Amino acid sequence: MKSWIEKQRHLIDFTLSSLLRRRGRNLGLLVVYSLLVFVLASAMLYSHALRREAAVILEGAPEVVLQRLVAGRHDLIPPGYIDKIGQMRGVQDIRGRLWGYYYDSVVKANYTFMVPADGSVAKGALVVGPALARQRGLEANTGVSFRAYSGELRSFIIADVLPQASEIASADLILINEDDFRAFFNYPAGHYTDVALTVANAKEVRNVANKLSKLLPDSRPILREEMQRTYASLFDWREGIMLALLSAAILAFAILAWEKASGLSADEKREIGILKAIGWETGDVIRMKLWEGGLISLTAFLLGFVAAYVHVFKFGAPLFAPVLKGWAVLYPRFDLVPVIDGLQVATLFFFTVFPYMAAVLVPIWRAAVTDPDAVMRS
Amino acid sequence: MRTSTSAAAILLTLALAFVACLGDARLTVERRAGEVVAMRTLAAQLGLTDLALFTEARYTRHPSQADLHSAFQDHPLALEHFPSGSLIVPHHEILDRETTAPD
Repeated sequence: MKSWIEKQRHLIDFTLSSLLRRRGRNLGLLVVYSLLVFVLASAMLYSHALRREAAVILEGAPEVVLQRLVAGRHDLIPPGYIDKIGQMRGVQDIRGRLWGYYYDSVVKANYTFMVPADGSVAKGALVVGPALARQRGLEANTGVSFRAYSGELRSFIIADVLPQASEIASADLILINEDDFRAFFNYPAGHYTDVALTVANAKEVRNVANKLSKLLPDSRPILREEMQRTYASLFDWREGIMLALLSAAILAFAILAWEKASGLSADEKREIGILKAIGWETGDVIRMKLWEGGLISLTAFLLGFVAAYVHVFKFGAPLFAPVLKGWAVLYPRFDLVPVIDGLQVATLFFFTVFPYMAAVLVPIWRAAVTDPDAVMRS
Repeated sequence: MRTSTSAAAILLTLALAFVACLGDARLTVERRAGEVVAMRTLAAQLGLTDLALFTEARYTRHPSQADLHSAFQDHPLALEHFPSGSLIVPHHEILDRETTAPD
């Protein structure tokens, strides 16, 4: 065993001195390789952590949200609608929800106004999201005015600012009292934005949704399961877009790695020829090159992954922020809770390390099995 | 020092950094468990349906509540033009239900 280890160490010594002879070329390869792993791992870690945030939030989302459509557009729920739903078997906890959008021309941003179901916000008061508070310089017990839909300016007192930890879901939220909401938006009495309901038997949710569609043909039920799928596909799509953008870089790396690994230089061929001429076996040559590929790819993988982790979870993924922000003025500041999925890491390892190892091995094997004299002369 | 020893030291350091990442992830999850519970509670209390990632338009603020056509509702034949539209896809899942109701 000891002699085996010593033999491998000699092989590694030899491999490294050979790599160091072509220092510039190999260092360049290592940097590009690490960068590729870094970008792929960053995209993977970021979207995975976002997926988890969405899952946490959607766990508490209403089981079914029922919207009413008029000519394909979202419309208000008229009086009597909720009673009709209440008569359906299996439906419980029906609640008309009041929420809407407001464009604030002061900061040129959209807010989401919402009436909390528990009526926790007093009349004349507002509870605001952290990004909004930051943008407008608001804090508890300060005043703020918004131009209502009737045209008059209405003033409110900020009762509280929602916790920073919830910013990813509440950045632009404004919680408001029901009476204030109706007065502010000229909202007709007895009307609601949509209806949230729960179903007694969780297995019956889909059936209830179908029955609701039949009972109220102008309605559109949205199930929690569909919201979860929407977010799953959203992040798959986002990751896909990132990967599509990166595909050019991946291809460039593949060409570089292939060229480096498969196109043996005259020097390398001569080296193999000499090694075989002085008594190295084919197996030794292959082992030496395996060490070369393994050391380069493992170093690049570890370096790239660690850098990606620090980039995403310690620095807030600054490389992704410009892509994510879009035109949103109110963009949440959030520290993602790290999620590392073993399978994803294994997939990344497999797709970055193994192709390189294969690209190294094939030409070496071909050169190593040919006659040393022919290799040196070619 | 032999080059193999230096290489082993570098690889070991990197491997330790990798393990440290895994450890840090676990510790952060434990440390921020309270925040996660608070967020879950707030989301459940308010019945939040979406993340506030893109606030520029209705269909990007609440992708799960927007219908397939809301991106084009500003006027007939309007083309969706927000950059977020290239990051989020309209949710076709609703169509999977094969309902006869309008989508």
